[in-house]
Amino acid sequence: MPAFDPKAKRMLVSGNEALALSMLHCKVQSAIGYPGTPSSEILETFSEIGGPAEWAPNEKVAAEVALGVAFAHARSVVTMKHVGLNVSSDTLYTATYTGVQGGMVWIVADDPGQASSQNEQDTRNHAKSSVCPMFEPSNSQEAYDMLRLAFRTSERFHIPVILRMTTRVDHSKSILVPSEELEALKPEFVRDIPARVMVPGYAKPAGRRLRAKMEEIQKWNEAEGPNRIEMHGTDLGIVCAGISYHHVREAAPDASVLKLGMTYPLPMEMIRKFAGSVKRVFVIEENDPWLAENIRAAGISVESKFDPVYRFGELSVDRVRRILSGDRSPETPPVKGKAPALCPGCPHRSSFAVLKDLGCIISGDIGCYTLAALPPFEAMDMMVDMGAAIGMALGLRKVLPREQAKKVVSVIGDSTFVHSGITGLVDMAYNRPATGHVVVILDNSITAMTGQQEHPGTGRKLDHSPTYRLDYGEIAKAAGIENVVIVNPVKDPEGMKTAVKEALEKDELTLIVAKSPCLLALKSILAWEKANKEKAAKEAK
Amino acid sequence: MKTMNVKFAGLGGTGVIKASDVLAELVFELGYDVKKGEVHGMSQRGGSISSDVRFGDKVESPMIPEGEADYLVVFAEDQVPVNIAFLKKGGVLLTPKDIDVTRLPSEKALNVAMLGKLSTYFDFPEDKWQGALKKLFAEKFHEGNAVAFDVGKGK
Repeated sequence: MPAFDPKAKRMLVSGNEALALSMLHCKVQSAIGYPGTPSSEILETFSEIGGPAEWAPNEKVAAEVALGVAFAHARSVVTMKHVGLNVSSDTLYTATYTGVQGGMVWIVADDPGQASSQNEQDTRNHAKSSVCPMFEPSNSQEAYDMLRLAFRTSERFHIPVILRMTTRVDHSKSILVPSEELEALKPEFVRDIPARVMVPGYAKPAGRRLRAKMEEIQKWNEAEGPNRIEMHGTDLGIVCAGISYHHVREAAPDASVLKLGMTYPLPMEMIRKFAGSVKRVFVIEENDPWLAENIRAAGISVESKFDPVYRFGELSVDRVRRILSGDRSPETPPVKGKAPALCPGCPHRSSFAVLKDLGCIISGDIGCYTLAALPPFEAMDMMVDMGAAIGMALGLRKVLPREQAKKVVSVIGDSTFVHSGITGLVDMAYNRPATGHVVVILDNSITAMTGQQEHPGTGRKLDHSPTYRLDYGEIAKAAGIENVVIVNPVKDPEGMKTAVKEALEKDELTLIVAKSPCLLALKSILAWEKANKEKAAKEAK
Repeated sequence: MKTMNVKFAGLGGTGVIKASDVLAELVFELGYDVKKGEVHGMSQRGGSISSDVRFGDKVESPMIPEGEADYLVVFAEDQVPVNIAFLKKGGVLLTPKDIDVTRLPSEKALNVAMLGKLSTYFDFPEDKWQGALKKLFAEKFHEGNAVAFDVGKGK
């Protein structure tokens, strides 16, 4: 059940909920993504209120499906967190060349402050490099409105559009008044080979068309874009976008503000005019000095935050006050709270106890189990990106002295394995290390870290209805991995230990599936399975 | 009305976010502008979390600045030092010490009891509190919540 009434005329909703409702009202025909904090609730909510939502194995596949939908003159949304855009950037950088027939919006959620992410990258850089128009909402109402505007832009200029969210806009609740629903697009295939097939002969003119399109979009943004000037006086003017706008309004209520809603391509003439109308002009932004650098590159002189202090972490009202007052002193670090840890009774605890006991060198991956790197386990030696557990370990095995190489183990979660681990497994057999290798899939039967989402290995779709269940052992065998062991590390810790020990001793390739469900998800998993069985029995009658 | 700031804090899985949802829903129903901000993600893993509710005529940032919380409602005593910098001078700190936890129908109902305590500082009608609680909790919790809310109020 959604946490709000989607039919209400006025509601208190999070930015993610606002997007889901806007998707429904924009008649989005297909929404697909891969879970990642802070973006995960968008598709879950969209499904709960009746929208067609799916989880893809990873962001690249999701983006490709969404692009196909938009090629077919329909509306699509693809959702992901900022690092997911790296995975799907291959699609993005050429989808701007091909353009779209219908409407496609790429919802990307950045995580300034790294509440739940491995890096603090800024999606605005991707928008510029891929030449993709970008909107940045400040609150739930704007998230709702700007998604609609993003579709209008996408459909008018035939180009995918990025809607850049940040953690605070995704997860903060504010008041939303929805508008009228849009007419649905009618899907149809229109053949246009030179526009859709990016061989060099067609891609070269497409690149030129894209730049010309951006000039048109910039003109539109200057004249009619969702940017506004709030004049309060001429002493101080502040240029800002996204959540920074609200921090600025609170920290400097007397300043004049240019609030930008579309930040790529920038309405540079509007910025120039605003800068000329105030004595002192400041850019306030989170993360990279992206606005400041682009505005300066256009020959407009602006002041901006002192990056050695303020580049990292989220902005807040306090920080905006400090920035505006020119305070460059180090900030008082906040009192450290209690760090998160693997839950009591978590099946990963049993697996890591074994790996630690055997003195393994552990190449890890992204998920709840990354918490094993922290005390008391300290049983993970590296973690970089989705799927890297396998590739990094193969690298270690190639060069380490034999006695160390023999201790290397890859540890990867079930959802992460499906996302990006399969190709690593293929390489493991293709470029087989002399000492062999051992991969452990920590299969807790759910995407746990991001809030218990389904994936192709659970055998259930986003709405928990049944579908084909991916078989990790069969994949491994097909790739050329000779040993596959399935063991429950909680019920049979000795079996788990024997499996890892024997695999490490052999110079062979082994996949161990340590299968035991996430304790937090168990109740839900049983309920979904029961409901599916009952439904199947009913249909059989 | 100037913006009123209430910060809820505690450990993940103890109903901190739910409590802030109840207050936000209540003041929304009463017609205030309201914003609620928090960080999810690691919250189910037992780490420190907090959630800010801000309401008044017009609310800008969803995050309460340091030293500006009118109320700091902390569900675990050891989380007071982590959050105390947010409480304004003369602001009200509420912790489980302020209620008779032995009378709670279950440990889980602590968040509702803390809301009961908080309610004694506001003039909001009792039925609006109860309405928000009923809206945000499944029916099986309603009876226990009513008891816990009264315990918090000191009834």
